[in-house]
Amino acid sequence: MAETATQTVPEKEPLFGKKERKLLIDPLNDNNPITVQVLGICSALAVTSMVKPAVIMALSATFVMAFSNLTISLLRKGIPKQVRMIVQLVVIAFLVTIVELVLKAANYPIWKQLSVYIGLIITNCIVMGRLEAYAMANKPWRSFLDGIGNGLGYGILLVMVAVARELFGKGSLMGFKIIGNTPDCLIDTTTNAWFGWYMQNNIMVLPAAALFVICVIIWVQRARNSKLVDIS
Amino acid sequence: MHTNRYTLIYIVVLSFIVAVVLAFTFSGLKPIHDANEAVFKKRDILSSVKDQLPIDIVKASTEEVLEHFDASIEQVVIDANGKVVEGAKADDIDMKQEEKKPLEERQYPIYIYEGAEAKYYLIAIRGNGLWDKIWGTIAMKDDFNTIAGVSFDHVTETAGLGAEIKDSEAFKKAFQGKKLYNDNGEYVSVAIVKGGVKKPSHQVDAIAGATITSKGVTEMMNRGLAIYLPYFDSLKK
Repeated sequence: MAETATQTVPEKEPLFGKKERKLLIDPLNDNNPITVQVLGICSALAVTSMVKPAVIMALSATFVMAFSNLTISLLRKGIPKQVRMIVQLVVIAFLVTIVELVLKAANYPIWKQLSVYIGLIITNCIVMGRLEAYAMANKPWRSFLDGIGNGLGYGILLVMVAVARELFGKGSLMGFKIIGNTPDCLIDTTTNAWFGWYMQNNIMVLPAAALFVICVIIWVQRARNSKLVDIS
Repeated sequence: MHTNRYTLIYIVVLSFIVAVVLAFTFSGLKPIHDANEAVFKKRDILSSVKDQLPIDIVKASTEEVLEHFDASIEQVVIDANGKVVEGAKADDIDMKQEEKKPLEERQYPIYIYEGAEAKYYLIAIRGNGLWDKIWGTIAMKDDFNTIAGVSFDHVTETAGLGAEIKDSEAFKKAFQGKKLYNDNGEYVSVAIVKGGVKKPSHQVDAIAGATITSKGVTEMMNRGLAIYLPYFDSLKK
């Protein structure tokens, strides 16, 4: 990865220069942690059956990534090399626990829904990957932006997959019923003349469906983005 | 290269700081967590009779839930033989803890809801789902035979499949009006069946793709409801 090279030449660093913007925007498309780096797939399968948990997961993961990157970057010169992984894990686990405790106090029902997966942010390979690849070698502000960028890149994919799965699997979005065979849906397939043939696709609810959706997204992305054609 | 001494001190200091900060955060937020949990539980219990409630239980604020709960619920505790335990409150019974006790020492909570027209007996049941525990509240009408409503919850059933026992309104609604006893007065409970309901008073259509969770609910209801029957019998007289 090109961006991991350490900058030895002292340069003037604007707060929001070209490089900083690149750190934020690159992971959204050209260097997306899920579709291009293919990291964090397991949680992308687990929490994307509905949009609301996916959004909360995306925000929590972004928070953890940004602040673990920042913390590790601040500590990077003092961390003993032999135990750097352990130090990284302690920092991640600390932040994840804080997120869990705060969420439990702020929104108990959502915490109940996500409880297991919040803990799993600790094992999310993207977090550790960014710490090793970026924060250990770069200055705090840029590491922080890198964390936000990658968190959003991960989150945007989660939400896209969740939208597809909830819409086609359950006929709703954020719990708001769009299409289905009950009268409280926006499009009621039992009475609507055009959508009488429509049925919910139960496969979309199963975790495996997330892989199909991610694959389609990767396909579309590579077809449109010429930069990605030669990579892997 | 750092010395071993430096590494050791670094790790100890780091762990200490993290531990202290987490401990303070945890104990600082503990009261809020407990309050949240209590309201969540009460909301859950009341939602089993939500059609009888004067308030919308999903949208009601924390204060409304607590106020309504305290005003209209009478709490009773029974022992394993169905005898009322004097002076005990249902709120103090944690089904999770009761499960660890031997069968004959267990106690069970009953919440008696004083509705506008009739009394409802809300009883707690607990069993196993696919991944972990599932539990629920069953609201019985005062004929002690007809189910007025149910609510279920779970630790971590599969979202969109097993978790539908909690999320699907249609599934919970299907339990309304089901009977515990058949025409001969024998206890048959309510079963969740696949592929079409044949006995409408005792069967509920299963959720597609949630076989093990459905079996778990059937088992939980059969065993869980039976525990309360002696108590109901004593009230019938």
